[in-house]
Amino acid sequence: MPDRPWIIRTYAGHSTAEASNRLYRENLAKGQTGLSIAFDLPTQTGYDADDPLALGEVGKVGVPIGSITDMDALLEAIPLDQMNTSMTINATACWMLALYIAVAERRGVSRASLKGTTQNDIIKEYLSRGTYIFPPAGSLKLVTDMIEFTVDEVPNWNPVNISSYHLQEVGATPVQEIAFALANAIAILDGVNVPEERFPAVFGRISFFCNAGIRFVEELCKLRAFTGLWDRLGRERYGVDDPKMRRFRYGVQVNSLGLTEAQPENNIARIIIEALGVTLSKDARCRSLQLPAWNEAMGLPRPWDQQLSLRMQQILAYETDLLEYADIFDGSPVIERKVAEISDAAWQEVERILEQGGAVEAVESGYMKRRLVESNARRIAAIESGEQIVVGVNRFQETEESPLTEGGGSRVLTVDDSAERTQLERLRAHRASRNAAEVDAALHGLRDALSNGANAMPPSIRCAEAGVTTGEWAATAREVLGEYRAPTGIEAPLRLAGHDSDFESVRRRIAEVSDRLGRRLKLLVGKPGLDGHSSGAEQIAIFARDAGFEVVYEGIRLTPDEIVLSAQQEGVHLIGLSILSGSHLTLVPQILERVNVPVVVGGIIPEEDAADLRAKGVAAVYTPRDYDVQRIVREMVEVAARAHGVG
Amino acid sequence: MAEPPVERLVSGVLEADGEAIAEALATVEDTRGDTLPRQRELLGRLEAETPREHSIVGLTGPPGAGKSTLAGALIRLWLERGAGVGMVAVDPSSRHSGGALLGDRARLRFAAEDRVFVRSMAARDQLGGLAPATRGAAAVLRAAYPWTIVETVGVGQSEVDVATLADSVVLVLQPGSGDTLQFMKAGILEIPDVLVVHKWDLGAVAERTRADLESMLALQSVSGKLDWSPPVVGASAETGHAVAQVADAVEAHRQHLEIGDALGERRARGRVAWAMERFEQRYGALGLERVGGREAAERSVREAAGTALDAFSSLATRAGLES
Repeated sequence: MPDRPWIIRTYAGHSTAEASNRLYRENLAKGQTGLSIAFDLPTQTGYDADDPLALGEVGKVGVPIGSITDMDALLEAIPLDQMNTSMTINATACWMLALYIAVAERRGVSRASLKGTTQNDIIKEYLSRGTYIFPPAGSLKLVTDMIEFTVDEVPNWNPVNISSYHLQEVGATPVQEIAFALANAIAILDGVNVPEERFPAVFGRISFFCNAGIRFVEELCKLRAFTGLWDRLGRERYGVDDPKMRRFRYGVQVNSLGLTEAQPENNIARIIIEALGVTLSKDARCRSLQLPAWNEAMGLPRPWDQQLSLRMQQILAYETDLLEYADIFDGSPVIERKVAEISDAAWQEVERILEQGGAVEAVESGYMKRRLVESNARRIAAIESGEQIVVGVNRFQETEESPLTEGGGSRVLTVDDSAERTQLERLRAHRASRNAAEVDAALHGLRDALSNGANAMPPSIRCAEAGVTTGEWAATAREVLGEYRAPTGIEAPLRLAGHDSDFESVRRRIAEVSDRLGRRLKLLVGKPGLDGHSSGAEQIAIFARDAGFEVVYEGIRLTPDEIVLSAQQEGVHLIGLSILSGSHLTLVPQILERVNVPVVVGGIIPEEDAADLRAKGVAAVYTPRDYDVQRIVREMVEVAARAHGVG
Repeated sequence: MAEPPVERLVSGVLEADGEAIAEALATVEDTRGDTLPRQRELLGRLEAETPREHSIVGLTGPPGAGKSTLAGALIRLWLERGAGVGMVAVDPSSRHSGGALLGDRARLRFAAEDRVFVRSMAARDQLGGLAPATRGAAAVLRAAYPWTIVETVGVGQSEVDVATLADSVVLVLQPGSGDTLQFMKAGILEIPDVLVVHKWDLGAVAERTRADLESMLALQSVSGKLDWSPPVVGASAETGHAVAQVADAVEAHRQHLEIGDALGERRARGRVAWAMERFEQRYGALGLERVGGREAAERSVREAAGTALDAFSSLATRAGLES
């Protein structure tokens, strides 16, 4: 009997709840079998659309959900008792699940019948994705609250989806992906407080979200290793007897890091090969899969681009004979050897982290972040040197003009600014429609629960019903739990073999320019806005420092005001801004107009926008196409030298 | 870009205008030989106008003791007490490339309207944990704000050096790190005016560190060397515990310096250290030889009029090295 296909999803959401709902219904009609909701950054970091920090970010990387009104519109005409919904939400996961439950119950659908997943993995937010809000203790308390609540109240819900996906996106090796995810799971499970007989059920609800890169044989082995280690952890550390509860259940989004802006159609091949890595081996096959779009490195994909990715999955699941066989790798000594090698190395790394006191300590000490930054720097150096081949980028660059990107336009979806205005109006209308006394009482209940350690889910559901907004829910939680800034991972010196000799000429040039300026060239690397994807900024900071710049880097989520102030107080010669959320046209001019030093910008920036930024005075724009960090640093030196009259 | 006249910079700095301070700092950091006259004029006029009560506080200690976090808490406290604060954060990294990563600001976030000015610097190869321009930058900020914090990292020489620059030195220690023993061995405990056992929330281990420090300091005062008994404060910037006590201890020490002319003597020693440091950086041992050795040079600096840079300049002229 053939295996059942995995849940077929597309990660989607943008502009407004209505627009996203339309998109979901179209995707379902095309044969998608589950939903995967992308939220915008204000929703992920707990701000209302009218908060100053939300400026330019509303509806950009996902859908804005400010209250039960938005959640209701988002799920319009979607059968919640049948749907399997995945939400990429972390710091505000507790709140989004509360809104989801409240909408379902308002429609007469019981919470016990709801199926889905909240990502809710805060540790990887500290390490890579950056949408954390609270310090580790308070964040983990919210996570365990959700686990303890759902295990009885929403038994088909995966309250936590431990995401090694994002670790690979910032450069993790397969061994690091497994080890850090398992250490993360241990930190969560050790904090769960349920009656002993309920623990196996808790263990059984922990699911994972993995990545799959282009080295697909190794990736397949990685997932087999993951499966074995999870089983072992359940048995040995937690005494879970039922093997069903120890099944390693995971979803996948295949690798975006390796998708290229050059010859973007090549990505179609990459995506399919990566999908094979997580579907070929039956015993380690994913439970759900979402494939990125071929043009993701260029901007937001259009519905057609997403449809192509959906069809790839359907061909794999329904056209091929993939699902007809038992595990085709059983008994292969080659695979077994590789799996054992990865498992052993990963387990050793888990033990190293546990010796340091566990995942939370290894986040706070910066250990895990440092290891990731290091791996990523190695990966970039390998691509620059040609040791790691990327077709169309560092080999086989000659190309015909692609009919897919013809005409100069980058052919991506742009979210127009009317989405932000619409959302502001919706928010105002919503606030006017609710009962203020009920809102106050609900928030009061939330504050009490958070202060005295009671479960945060029931009062959050009450907040949802009363019409509390996302900003209000998060502000209350911020007051009680506090706010956090995670280590940047680049404080400690990092030495890369082979890196020094390449850099000699740029170093000499920096020394020369510095002498002529009378002081060392100084660079401010800034991440304005709510986007937390910091690995680009980190790599520029490290390479620039190694080349001889004095580099000021303050981490993520800065307001334009803060960046302008730092630039002035530090007396920098040059500012580098990194923005991946698509809000560059709003944020960059706010800085550019108020500083008298040159500004360069890096991020996912379509060519039209890049031209616009350059016309406004930005000295250079870098996109994923510019993989050669050394060249970027070299150009930055000249930009600074020219601007300060020593070029 | 044309340089603004020194006159305008001076009045801007005294009013704590951010742009003027930034420009003044760029001037004192400039290593090109021909900027010395402008630096002398700027620092001379600032020194003449700086209120005597404005004070520099050295904040030093081993890496990881939480100095930046404590600095942030002190700044917020002084702001609440109505005083603006300047800060020079010296990063110890010294690298072959000359590059450095200055990450202290990440722990010091303030609003644009706050009366705070933070400048980061790399120490490079200079011994003693100060950057070449630290003294000049601290002098500029002191002209602008009642309090200026100079943060340095290190165990050993940096305490000695920051003591020649600051009116008060705060040594920040991490509990249970074994640093105390090292400090005792190195004779460093004679330097600080206030000791902070940071991360006080660690509990028993922190209390033990404080007890160790207190007994060592008691031995020192028996030997009669101290007329000020350095207080040992257990504090935690994370929880806000006893940050006010640290500030109070610094302010008390500052009052103590008003007895006799302790403050004047301390600042005079700082002026000599600055002039000598600049001279040795520029002319090295050979330069010292030409002016008849270190003692003669120091005497000549003490006798010279004006600021440390004026004294440096006259010493250089005497040696026939500069005109």
